[in-house]
Amino acid sequence: MSTSTLAKPDEELSFYQLDEHPHPEGHSTMLGFWIYLMSDCLIFSILFACYAVLGGNYAAGPAPKDLFELPLVALNTAMLLISSITFGFAVLQMQQGKVRGTQIWLAVTALFGAAFLAIELYEFQHLIHIGATPQRSAFLSAFFTLVGTHGLHVTFGIVWLLTLMVQLGRHGLIPANKRRVMCLSMFWHFLDVVWIGVFTIVYLMGMLQ
Amino acid sequence: MSPESTPGHAAHPHEIEMPHASLRDYLIGFALSVVLTAIPFWLVMTMPLSAGATAAIIMGFAVVQIVVHMIFFLHMTPKAEGGWSLTSLVFTIIVLGIALAGSLWVMHHLNTNMMPMPHDMNQLP
Repeated sequence: MSTSTLAKPDEELSFYQLDEHPHPEGHSTMLGFWIYLMSDCLIFSILFACYAVLGGNYAAGPAPKDLFELPLVALNTAMLLISSITFGFAVLQMQQGKVRGTQIWLAVTALFGAAFLAIELYEFQHLIHIGATPQRSAFLSAFFTLVGTHGLHVTFGIVWLLTLMVQLGRHGLIPANKRRVMCLSMFWHFLDVVWIGVFTIVYLMGMLQ
Repeated sequence: MSPESTPGHAAHPHEIEMPHASLRDYLIGFALSVVLTAIPFWLVMTMPLSAGATAAIIMGFAVVQIVVHMIFFLHMTPKAEGGWSLTSLVFTIIVLGIALAGSLWVMHHLNTNMMPMPHDMNQLP
């Protein structure tokens, strides 16, 4: 970026940049992915707004107090929080250039993510079994949409984790794979941040009403 | 740089910068998160305080925990990506605040200004 508009009089004025400056591959991936996460954040903000507006409309049906089991939610929260730090360990292994260690910690992260999903699906199945379906009331529609969207994100995070483990096995810690690990790390920690909002606003505040 | 990467790439002057993570950061973040999660759950499960006070405290803890995650897990710094990460984050927070506060405000007024309705719609004339 050395183009200067104040060229010396004897120099020829340059209006164009003729020689290309280097654009290393993936130089803007991290920022681009961050902006994707921010847009995802807006999706969740709208779902949270929906829940905040509709969360009190039970249509004479069950209220949060009748449905939620906090010990189960606490266990779920623990699973996601532990999976966050195990992903941290994967990143640390990657920084030390250890392919095998990175893969192992990614696998551990995927296991904790799968445990989170299993508990959530069990909760959903239980709710639907006792008749608290998304069709029952506006509160339950908003609840299933918000928590379900988060669960869907975790599902795709696990798919990505497994894909990345295969890619690491095939190509090792090439710069592209390092970038992918960092992007998925951001995605995974972001999901944990969203979950903080979910357990606080949906479950804990729900029990207070 | 990993040993697999080609020397041409390793010597590249424009190497992609990635946030540097340290074990210390992750452990501090994890410990803080555990405390900041356990206290709200304990407050709601045992209810030592009034509902209003508990609600205010757990919301405060959630905000603090989100900041902890941003700093220790997502490695946010004001200088990351030349400040653009923070700029987009602030923009998102503003939009988020408008969407949430606006929805609640408008819908609350709609609710309070509704005509009184009988509970069972079938009884309407």
